[in-house]
Amino acid sequence: MFRSAGFRFAAIYAVLLAVSAAASAYYVWWATAGLLDRQVEAAIGTDWQGLAERWAERDVPGLMQTIDDRLMQNVDDDAIYLLVDSRLNRIAGNLERWPSTVQVSGPFYELQVSRAGIRSLAMVRSYDLPGGYHLLIGRDVQVRAQLRRLLTDALLWALVILLALASIGAMVVRSLFRRAIANVSVTAAAIAAGDLGQRVRLSGRGDEFDQLAEVINDMLDRIGRLMDGVRQVSNAIAHDLRTPITRARTRLEDAALHAETAADLQAAIERATQDLDGIVAVFQALLRIAEIEAGSRRAAFTRVDLAPLLADLAELYGAVAEEKDVALEIDLPGALPTFGDATLIQQAVANLLDNAVKFSPPAGTVRLSAVPAPTGPTIRVADQGPGIPAADREHATQRFFRGEAARHTPGSGLGLTLVQAVAHLHGGTLRLEENPGGGLLAVLSLPLPEEGERPNRDVTRAPLA
Amino acid sequence: MRILVVEDDKDVAGFVVRGLKEAGHVVEHADNGRDGLFMAASESFDAVILDRMLPGGIDGLKILETLRGQKNATPVLILSALADVDERVKGLKAGGDDYLTKPFAFAELLARVEALARRGKGEGPVTKLVVEDLELDLLSRQVKRAGQKVDLQPREFRLLEYLMRHAGQVVTRTMLLEGVWDYHFDPQTNVIDVHVSRLRQKVDKPFPTPLIHTVRNAGYMLRAEQV
Repeated sequence: MFRSAGFRFAAIYAVLLAVSAAASAYYVWWATAGLLDRQVEAAIGTDWQGLAERWAERDVPGLMQTIDDRLMQNVDDDAIYLLVDSRLNRIAGNLERWPSTVQVSGPFYELQVSRAGIRSLAMVRSYDLPGGYHLLIGRDVQVRAQLRRLLTDALLWALVILLALASIGAMVVRSLFRRAIANVSVTAAAIAAGDLGQRVRLSGRGDEFDQLAEVINDMLDRIGRLMDGVRQVSNAIAHDLRTPITRARTRLEDAALHAETAADLQAAIERATQDLDGIVAVFQALLRIAEIEAGSRRAAFTRVDLAPLLADLAELYGAVAEEKDVALEIDLPGALPTFGDATLIQQAVANLLDNAVKFSPPAGTVRLSAVPAPTGPTIRVADQGPGIPAADREHATQRFFRGEAARHTPGSGLGLTLVQAVAHLHGGTLRLEENPGGGLLAVLSLPLPEEGERPNRDVTRAPLA
Repeated sequence: MRILVVEDDKDVAGFVVRGLKEAGHVVEHADNGRDGLFMAASESFDAVILDRMLPGGIDGLKILETLRGQKNATPVLILSALADVDERVKGLKAGGDDYLTKPFAFAELLARVEALARRGKGEGPVTKLVVEDLELDLLSRQVKRAGQKVDLQPREFRLLEYLMRHAGQVVTRTMLLEGVWDYHFDPQTNVIDVHVSRLRQKVDKPFPTPLIHTVRNAGYMLRAEQV
C-alpha cells in the first residue's frame, strides 16, 4: 500500500491538513486563552509597581492603607492581596493565611484559595520586601479558567473533527487520483495487449491530465505510423522482391533443365547473377532509406554550399541527358548554403535528375534550378515527361510505388522514397507538382543553415514516408 | 602479389582464394581472427583482405588496429556485411584503405585489391603520365596523343588521369565514381559509361589503336596493347 502513489498523495494531503489545522488551533488558543493569562500577569505586574512605590514612600502603614483602598475599589472583586511579616503573620489583605505552596518570589502560582469562605482558583505571585515582609499579589481566575477550559476543549474537538475530515479527504484524493490515471493505465494496458487503436480519453478540461493524455496520444500516433511504415515495408518487400527472385530462380532452373550448350548455361548464369545484383541493390536502397529515416545521420550534419554540389551533379547527368538527346538547362545561384549531409543531398538530387532524364521524351528539356528562398534553399527539377497524375502523387513517395507511366522503365520504385526521406531528415519537404507545360516538377526544400544549426529543431514531427 | 585473405565463411573464402590465384596472385588464407592477426603481423603481404566479424575472439577491426599500432602499413581492404555508413566510417578510421560490402562482385574485389597493392609503390610525385603515345601533363594540365593536342573538360581530364594512374588495371564503375567524382552512392543509370564513352570519342576515336578497353562484367582498363 505504501508503494501506491495514490496512497502517498492522500497521506501527504492528510498530514499537511492535520499539521496546518494543529498550527492554526494553537494560534487561536494562544491568541485567546493565552491572552487571558497574559492579561492577569500584566495586571499583577502593574499592581506590584504601584504598591512598591507606595512602600518606598511610606513603608508598612502606607502599603496597608493602599491595599485596603484597592480592595475597596475593586469592583470585580477579583483582586487578592496579602502582606505578611517575617513570620508569615497576616498584616493586611483579603487572604486568611499565606498559601503553603508559595515558597519563592518570582514565578506565578496557580492555586486554590479560600477567600471569605469561598474556595476559588487564583493566580498569584509573591514579592519580598525589605525587613522580612512578604507581599502576595494575585487575581481570582475562576471564571477565566472556565473560559479557558471551554476554549481548549472546543479546539481539541475541532482538531479531532479535522483529522477525521482529513482522512476522508485523503481517501477522496486517492480515488480522484486513481480515476485520473485509470484512463491512461487502461489505454496503456490495452496497447500492451496489442490493441494499437486505443487512445487515452480527454476530459476536455485542458488540465494537466489532458496534456499528459495528449502527449501520450501523439506518441501512440507516431508509434502507429512507424508500425504502419514497417508493415508497409515488409509487405512491399514480400511482394516486390518476389518478382525478381522468381525471375532469377526461373532462369537458373530453366537453364539447368533446358540448356543445350555450355554457352547457353553461361549466359543464363550471368543473367541470373545480374538479377541477384538487382535484388541486392534494392536491399541496399531499402536499408539506406531505413537508415536515413532512423535519423542517426543527423549527427554528421555540417554547413554545406549546395551550388558547387548541384553544378557537379548537373555535369554528371548532363552527359547522360545529351546521350538521350535531352537538353539539361541549369539555373543556379552563386552560393546556396544549407545545413545537412552533402552525400545524402547529392544522392537525393541525383535521383531526381535520374528520373527526369529517364522519363524525358527525346528532344525534351530537363531544367535544374535552385533559389535561396527566405525559408531556405529550394531545388527544382522539371521535366517534360508523362508526369505523375494528381491522384498518384501522394503515393509516389511510397516504397516500390511505380506509376502507370513507369511500368515499363527500369527502376526499383525507391528513388522518390529516398528523396523524401532525405528531405524529412533535414527538416525539409519534397513536393511533386505539375510542370507548367506538362511533365513533373519536383521541388526539394531544405532549411536555412542557421535554422539547421539550432539544436532543438522540431524535425521529429515530420510525417513519415 | 602476395595477398592474405582473412575470412571465416568457407564458400566466400574459397571463391576469393581461387579467383585471386587465377588472377596470378599468391594467396594465404586464415579462417579466424587469431591466425589472421598472427599471419598479418609476422609475414609480409602486398595486401590484406579482411572480414570484420570473425571467430576466435579477435575481430577484423581489432586486427587492423593492432597492425596499425605496430606501424604495419600493409594496404587493407575490409570486406564486410556491415554496410551502414557509420560502419564504413568506423572501418576506415581504424586504418582500412578501402571498404567493400557483401555481397560483392569478384571483379570489383580484384580491381580494388590490385589498385590498393600497387598504390603503395609509386615512385614519388609524378608530373607526367605516359601510356604508349598518350601523354598527360599534370602541371600544364594538357593531354597529347601522338603529339597532337587533345582538348578535355576538367572532369574528363580527371577521368583520364585516374585511368592512366591505374593503367593496366581493371577499374570498376564504382571506383571511378568514388575516385573521380567523390560520390559514395549508386546512381541508378550507368552515368559512368556515358562519361567514359565521351572520353573515348576524344582520346581513342581519332586514332588507329584504342587505349580504353571495356572489361566485361567488371569495368574499364586503359592499356597499351591488347595482348
